[in-house]
Amino acid sequence: MIEVEGLVKRYRKAKRNAVDGISFGVGAGEFFALLGPNGAGKTTTISILTTTLAPTGGRATIDGRDIVRESSSVRRRVGIIFQRPSLDQNLTAEENIRFHAVLFGLYPYRPVYALMPPDYRRQVRDLAALLGLQREIFDPIRTYSGGMRRKLEIVRSLMHRPKVLFLDEPTAGLDAPSRRTLWAHLRTVRQEHATTIFLTTHYLEEAEQADRICIIDDGRIVAEGTPAALKADLSAEYVVVDADDRGRLRIELARLALPTTGDGPFTIPLDSRGVHATLKAIDTPLSLVRTESPSLEDAYLEIVARAEGERNE
Amino acid sequence: MSEVSAVLVIAHRDLVKLLRDRLRIFADFALPLTLVLLLGPTLQAGYGQPGGVEVTTFVFTGVIAQSVWQSASMGIISLIADREEDFSQEIFVSPISRYSIVAGKIIGESLVALPQALAVIVLAVLLGIHLSPLTLILLLPTVLAMAVFGGAFGILVLSNINSQRTANQIFPFVMLPQFFLAGVFNPIHDLPPVLAFLSAISPMRWAVEAVRHVYYGTQSGLVTPELSPIPLVVAVIAGSFLAFIVAGTALFVRSERNR
Repeated sequence: MIEVEGLVKRYRKAKRNAVDGISFGVGAGEFFALLGPNGAGKTTTISILTTTLAPTGGRATIDGRDIVRESSSVRRRVGIIFQRPSLDQNLTAEENIRFHAVLFGLYPYRPVYALMPPDYRRQVRDLAALLGLQREIFDPIRTYSGGMRRKLEIVRSLMHRPKVLFLDEPTAGLDAPSRRTLWAHLRTVRQEHATTIFLTTHYLEEAEQADRICIIDDGRIVAEGTPAALKADLSAEYVVVDADDRGRLRIELARLALPTTGDGPFTIPLDSRGVHATLKAIDTPLSLVRTESPSLEDAYLEIVARAEGERNE
Repeated sequence: MSEVSAVLVIAHRDLVKLLRDRLRIFADFALPLTLVLLLGPTLQAGYGQPGGVEVTTFVFTGVIAQSVWQSASMGIISLIADREEDFSQEIFVSPISRYSIVAGKIIGESLVALPQALAVIVLAVLLGIHLSPLTLILLLPTVLAMAVFGGAFGILVLSNINSQRTANQIFPFVMLPQFFLAGVFNPIHDLPPVLAFLSAISPMRWAVEAVRHVYYGTQSGLVTPELSPIPLVVAVIAGSFLAFIVAGTALFVRSERNR
């Protein structure tokens, strides 16, 4: 669905590339997450893919359409949830929906709701029912909560049935309950329309649900794979042990030549050793045993730190 | 057909946004009303009637042109900030042509400028400035045309700047000098050569002269201030409008994506 090859973007007067030769592909119906620290090039990548920014080099297609030569055709096929709110505060929800629908050529322009085609009015009623906003749909956006605005944006962005939905940090600034309902809504959308999702986010638990993750740093891809594969890359599974008789445990661990860190509790990296074998070798009665496997966040932080380390060499 | 709908939607949105924003309407009216209400009468009290020209009337005709011309061009220039704000982001990712965006924006911002002209006219009537029905009828399309002219100038400026910071900074260089060079409240027909040249290349000047021609041409019993000949005013406005709109739109469409 999305093919990106050697994409480069250097902003005017910039000394270095904001996006520096990235390549990746996203399959139809896939949920793809682009992660990276602030300034890594995530928004630049989305802007290029959604045709509002011209690339300096490389090429990209969406559903087989070239983002530069067939930009209008690409725009018809994508929906975007911007990082910053894209609703007009003083306009009603219905007006925000109507203006979008007319811009995307779904309906002809009419100055007031009552004059819009019956199909449109039916669609608005359905959307309002879906959002539970039957009465508020004619109220100005400024009376809406942050979570409701985001949901409205998502519903609106799907009106023209896009093949790909781009979400640029959609939950930034939302509270936990709003984030949760938003994701529940997005899951329904994926099930119903099989929409391809392209997400950038700072919340690792959101990326955890992705089919595939791409981590970029400083304009380059530093890791790519399923969340499970990225975590597996880090052999950082370890077990934490402690004993009431800490001195005895310390001596025993030294005798077993286990590479421990810490001075009680002791952390033993597992590498190829199994948890069972490791624990079985210890005779000292243990007061604490805890196994830890890396979270996606650990993997992410390590990958980014490693990339930065390599750059500084 | 859908492009026409898109142009109308963009224009509609600008107008509705203005009408729902009372504070902005108030702020937009403040400057022109102050100029007409305070500057005109105080100049008149101080200088009397230089050459028989009524200063209050002179300032009124200048301000009406200046306010719509400037409002429309500043409205267009605000697209630079809008690109990353509110619904405007949607406009830029929608499949409509970039030319439709420019057209919709110019129509919208011209309509937005119109209420200012109406406010100035109402105030003028209250101040006892003479306005015949014919003047009013002719003034309306003229003012609208001058707003569209200002919008075209806005596109040209917009296509040459790339950030809101620049947009804020150019005001004292691009707009403020034109206040004086356009002769909104000062005579400009006996200027030294350098100033005369600068005045001649100030687009706002021609908008002011067009409105004065319509006003003084339809009033009887008033001393008309010195104005450039009508054919020259029309030719300059038509020529520069075309140049602004063609060059501005082409540059804007190109630079918009090549940031």
